[in-house]
Amino acid sequence: MLTYLRRSAAQLVFVLLGIALINFFLLHLAPGDAAQVLAGESGAATPEYMEALRRQFGLDQPLYIQFLRYLGNLATFDLGYSFRQSLPVSELILQRLPATLLLMGTAIGFALVAGCSLGFLAARRAGKLTDTVISIVALLFYATPVFWVGIMLIVVFSVILDWLPVGGMTSVEANLSGLALVGDVALHLVLPAVTLGLFYLAIYARLMRAAMLEVYGQDFVRTARAKGVRPRRIAWRHVLRNALLPIVTTLGVQLGSILGGAVLVETVFSWPGLGRLAFSALFQRDLNLLLGILFCSSVVVVLVNIAVDLVYTLLDPRIELG
Amino acid sequence: MIGRDRQVAGGIRRRMVVAAAMMMTAAAAVGVLPVSAGSAAAQEARKGGTLSIILQPEPVTLTPSTNMAQPTQVVAGNIFDGLVAYDFDLKPKPALAERWEVAPDGLTITFHLRSGVKWHDGKPFSAADVKWSLENIWKTIHPRNKSLFENVTQVDTPDDSTVILRLSKPSLPILSVLNGVGAPILPKHLYEGTDILNNPYNNKPVGTGPFVFKEWKRGEYVELARNPDYWEAGKPYLDRLLFRIIPDAAARAAAIEKGEIQYAPYNPVPFRDAERLSKLPRLKVDTRGYEWLSPLLYLDFNVENQYLKDVRVRRAIAHAIDRAALAKIVWFGYAKPAISPVPSSLVTFHNAKLPQYPFDVKKAEALLDEAGFKRDANGVRFTLTHDFLPYGDDYRRTGEFLKQALKRVGIEVTIRSQDSAAFIKRVYVDRDFDFAISYNNAFPDPQIGVVRAFWSGWLGTGTPWTNGSGYRNARADALIQEAGVEGDPAKRVAEFNEFQDIVLGDVPSLPLLELNFFSVYSADLQGIVEQGDQVYSSLKNARFVDAPKAN
Repeated sequence: MLTYLRRSAAQLVFVLLGIALINFFLLHLAPGDAAQVLAGESGAATPEYMEALRRQFGLDQPLYIQFLRYLGNLATFDLGYSFRQSLPVSELILQRLPATLLLMGTAIGFALVAGCSLGFLAARRAGKLTDTVISIVALLFYATPVFWVGIMLIVVFSVILDWLPVGGMTSVEANLSGLALVGDVALHLVLPAVTLGLFYLAIYARLMRAAMLEVYGQDFVRTARAKGVRPRRIAWRHVLRNALLPIVTTLGVQLGSILGGAVLVETVFSWPGLGRLAFSALFQRDLNLLLGILFCSSVVVVLVNIAVDLVYTLLDPRIELG
Repeated sequence: MIGRDRQVAGGIRRRMVVAAAMMMTAAAAVGVLPVSAGSAAAQEARKGGTLSIILQPEPVTLTPSTNMAQPTQVVAGNIFDGLVAYDFDLKPKPALAERWEVAPDGLTITFHLRSGVKWHDGKPFSAADVKWSLENIWKTIHPRNKSLFENVTQVDTPDDSTVILRLSKPSLPILSVLNGVGAPILPKHLYEGTDILNNPYNNKPVGTGPFVFKEWKRGEYVELARNPDYWEAGKPYLDRLLFRIIPDAAARAAAIEKGEIQYAPYNPVPFRDAERLSKLPRLKVDTRGYEWLSPLLYLDFNVENQYLKDVRVRRAIAHAIDRAALAKIVWFGYAKPAISPVPSSLVTFHNAKLPQYPFDVKKAEALLDEAGFKRDANGVRFTLTHDFLPYGDDYRRTGEFLKQALKRVGIEVTIRSQDSAAFIKRVYVDRDFDFAISYNNAFPDPQIGVVRAFWSGWLGTGTPWTNGSGYRNARADALIQEAGVEGDPAKRVAEFNEFQDIVLGDVPSLPLLELNFFSVYSADLQGIVEQGDQVYSSLKNARFVDAPKAN
């Protein structure tokens, strides 16, 4: 275990270094720079103005100097400075982190619980009406574009029924605090979390059903049946536990992308998450910020992978950390 | 070219528009669009209240000193006062300057400032702030004003309420840019001796305007509060302005429709939604308040292109485009055909008696034949690639319209899309394009927003929005320079007439449409559009009228 962790930590450093290198040069391949974007938005520029901007952004330096500076910053756990936003990258990311974690956490949690339950139900009633209905619903949500579901939910629940707010994270105009604020954020959270959750839910439901049906066909289940274990107990104790491995894998992938946020849902619901931040940073060629977000995401991916490996050993004692 | 309505680029937005259309259908089908039945009678203005406003996209900074982008200016116009403001006829009216005089030779401009004005931090506003701002911002790092103010050799402040500009040569366009965003006055006591571009007050601005900066929660909102010490007694009426950042067009339409947003400037929703919203009695769609900008959509031809270097080809393309249809079909009537690079709203300078390019397919074909580009067996003369300004679907559809129009005269067009950084680099830096659509704001004087599209002085510097066509004409350059320093208004008009005549004859850049931007706002608001530079000015006159009682 300790050896495993130690080796993982060493690998982590190299993986992250590689990611930093690739990200940096890949992003610099994009045509245009931040100064041009800013001048573009201003709709006016003079050569002197462009020069002042480039100097301000450090774009007047050769690329390798910029890269060495970037590495130097990383080595001191400094993600750099977003000149466009006039704030340190770490501060920008931290500002958006709570909203992102809240949305993604709620959505994934909802999807995991509801999806697995539905998948479990469908597998136990395989071939019957319940199974068919669950499968169709899951397929429908999986196939429907997320933004469309979002817009439809807004139309129905905000505009027509007037139950929930159209978007944003709080009712700023109301000056709420304390419990009222928590309730307000929860109200704002419902639609985006459900929209995102429905998509993930479909994945979990289908995965759970498939995995359980596969396990049902295995010898040890037949043995259990033969020795007279009740179907309920077989489903819970023998099948479910063994079917959890692919679920954990998928959950790991999704948790890994948690910092990336969900651009579409965040955009539709004006949710102040990291996805939108990264998306606009790309179009604005705010490379420091984008590199920072990508770097943090990579760290999370690597860490979640290690965690998933550990969970495997808990779920299935036959798996050993090599 | 200033203050673009930059949109979140790319596919997401396009899909959202589709979604918006679906939403519209759904809502209409259910038949529950909110309808209010109040009459305007018996409504009276009241003080107070929070106005929620759409801000899109999120601004980069809140100080208009180096960033001329639309969202920055929409917010900053409420925080900063200008020396003057502009009425619907674009005539300056007093703001921080109570009156002003231009000497007959044009070499001295004197401003008499309002006294007793305070910055939001309580420090007194004085002539020294104006002098400092002119010398350190307007003349140097401001992306638009540099050429207007470069002949100001000295600024005198004989007392705290007088500013005298001394010029080596006249510069009449100065009087057209003196509002709060055109020539922003920053507090000298917070900026002097600092790195202006990185000054922390850029994002928590201190101005003299009717609203005070409170908070900028990134990705969510910018909050301003009523300035209780505002110099205009009794104003502003509203307690609070809340600029909300809503990146998705369909969500913006929903928020407006639901009443969560009461004011949405600068084309907040697609034209199709605007048509629908304008029919709701609760809402108004208004195209006033953009007069100061005078946006113009145009087509830049790369004059180094093997086909487009021939003026006959450029003229043929001009004749092949039905601009009235373009305005009606693609821009839903929120535009009118342009006949000159100087829009008709610049009444003094616009010249309607110029070479015209009426829609005439036969003439276009004849010109192309004459230029030696005959149709081949497939009916194609040659192929061009078109780059559209990536600011949203309207520009893409304009490109598609051009493709259809040019196909009729035997020119095959391939449409290419990219994001705005790539577009700017391709057109203005690499010059690797055939023809591209773009737009600029003309402003009240052609010197400010028009001539840069034809001025050859900055070619080769890769400066965005500057002479995309690569046009060089010594006479046009000379006229631009002369008009810039001409002190006699009549002579300037003559110079601009000749300038328009030359550039329309050579047509390196074809004016397509004069765009009409629109705002959507709640019908129970008054005083929301009061002047010609309203969208970039303050909402000090805005107020809610009491909603009619339900019966």
